[in-house]
Amino acid sequence: MDWELVRTSFWPMLSGGLMGTIPLSLASFALGLALALVVALMRISGQPVLSAVARAYVSVIRGTPLLVQLFVIFYGLPSIGATIDPWPSAIIAFSLNVAGYAAEILRAAILSVPKGQWEAGHTIGMSRALTLRRVILPQAARVSVPPLSNTFISLVKDTSLASLILVGELFREAQQIASFSQQFLLIYIEAAAIYWVFCLVLSGGQSALEKRLDRYVSR
Amino acid sequence: MSPADPLLRVTGLQKSFGDNRVLSSIGLDLADGQVLALVGPSGSGKTTVLRCLNGLETPDGGTVAFRGGPDVDFGTKVAKKEALALRDRSAMVFQNYNLFPHMTVLENIIEGPVQVQKRPRREAVVDAERLLERVGLAEKRDDHPFNLSGGQQQRVGIVRALALRPDLLLFDEPTSALDPELVGEVLTVIKELAEEKWTMVIVTHELAFAREVADEVVFMDGGVVVEHGHPDQVLRNPREERTRRFVQRLLNPF
Repeated sequence: MDWELVRTSFWPMLSGGLMGTIPLSLASFALGLALALVVALMRISGQPVLSAVARAYVSVIRGTPLLVQLFVIFYGLPSIGATIDPWPSAIIAFSLNVAGYAAEILRAAILSVPKGQWEAGHTIGMSRALTLRRVILPQAARVSVPPLSNTFISLVKDTSLASLILVGELFREAQQIASFSQQFLLIYIEAAAIYWVFCLVLSGGQSALEKRLDRYVSR
Repeated sequence: MSPADPLLRVTGLQKSFGDNRVLSSIGLDLADGQVLALVGPSGSGKTTVLRCLNGLETPDGGTVAFRGGPDVDFGTKVAKKEALALRDRSAMVFQNYNLFPHMTVLENIIEGPVQVQKRPRREAVVDAERLLERVGLAEKRDDHPFNLSGGQQQRVGIVRALALRPDLLLFDEPTSALDPELVGEVLTVIKELAEEKWTMVIVTHELAFAREVADEVVFMDGGVVVEHGHPDQVLRNPREERTRRFVQRLLNPF
């Protein structure tokens, strides 16, 4: 095994991960989650139009491949005059995608909070918005951590698709080193190992977060 | 019994859920400091009356008027502001407590005063501690609801309602979810509130308790008030056959 290559390729790939994969994942997840909350609230608003729009959005996002969504934004939109750089294209595509999945998770989590909690908020004088923020969402958060963690971990791995629209992230570094060194197996396994370590760290974070949110809940 | 200048006057209250007519035409008068017990078989509509008073249900018709406002006519289109003003006159104590599980006992109690009524946090905390002391739960202040027994949770539920300083307290079967040995501690608290002249409407199946604390008992069945009057009269010597059967059934279930 070419240990020298493993050593020299490690830093470019790791830095591709730290400077590309991770910020791309974090930005897309944060934006996606915010959008997901809007979509989830539209869906449960009881307003037929808002609810239908939300349903259609989720259906389109979940029913089309992420790679196609990415290509539509980066390679497709320029033909109608909207040219977007690789990084913003990737963030837009990934956050729109995350929102589609996370919206359903948040919707289920919000609906899992007993109706009596809404009524208790009402009787102490809260508006629906305040009840949502102070009473419902903190409880929904606990329920949604495991499925949202899944979404986030999938996202971290899916950001490798951004290499196809020229974003300098972990996998694009790997591809360049591999084609230069012709050591495909070694380099791609090394890239896989780095992704795996990232995801191990995230799983650890998930457990810590769950434990924190569990403090006040009887088991 | 019809006080000259009631705190609350309800007339012609109607409510249907789909085709199911739950309240036909309910009228109630409530004087300051009066304790009214609403009794009746399940499905009689008594909980719906309570929920209409607190805005948890919107009646289809009738009026609900508090002295000093609002005076809401549900037969017409009701402005949201008016509905909220009505809601703010009363506070509900729920059968299942409905405490906020992610907050401590203290946080549960000061949530309304601080977040909604915008009272200074320190003042709200002092108030809450005094109320907790009164129901014997001072040392539970920083516990979370799941660490409390049902009876303790319900006492916190009562304190949460009291902390809002409402004009009217509403109790929806406050002891129905409790183990029998815990019922007493909650009823004791409610009795003390009655002695302090809080105005209350209590939906309950505890007839002995109703007879002891209530100034007036209203017996409902099928969405109408069948009979109302002094507890001793309604519960011991009912005029109506339906009331008599109901009381008999509760006294001799077998």
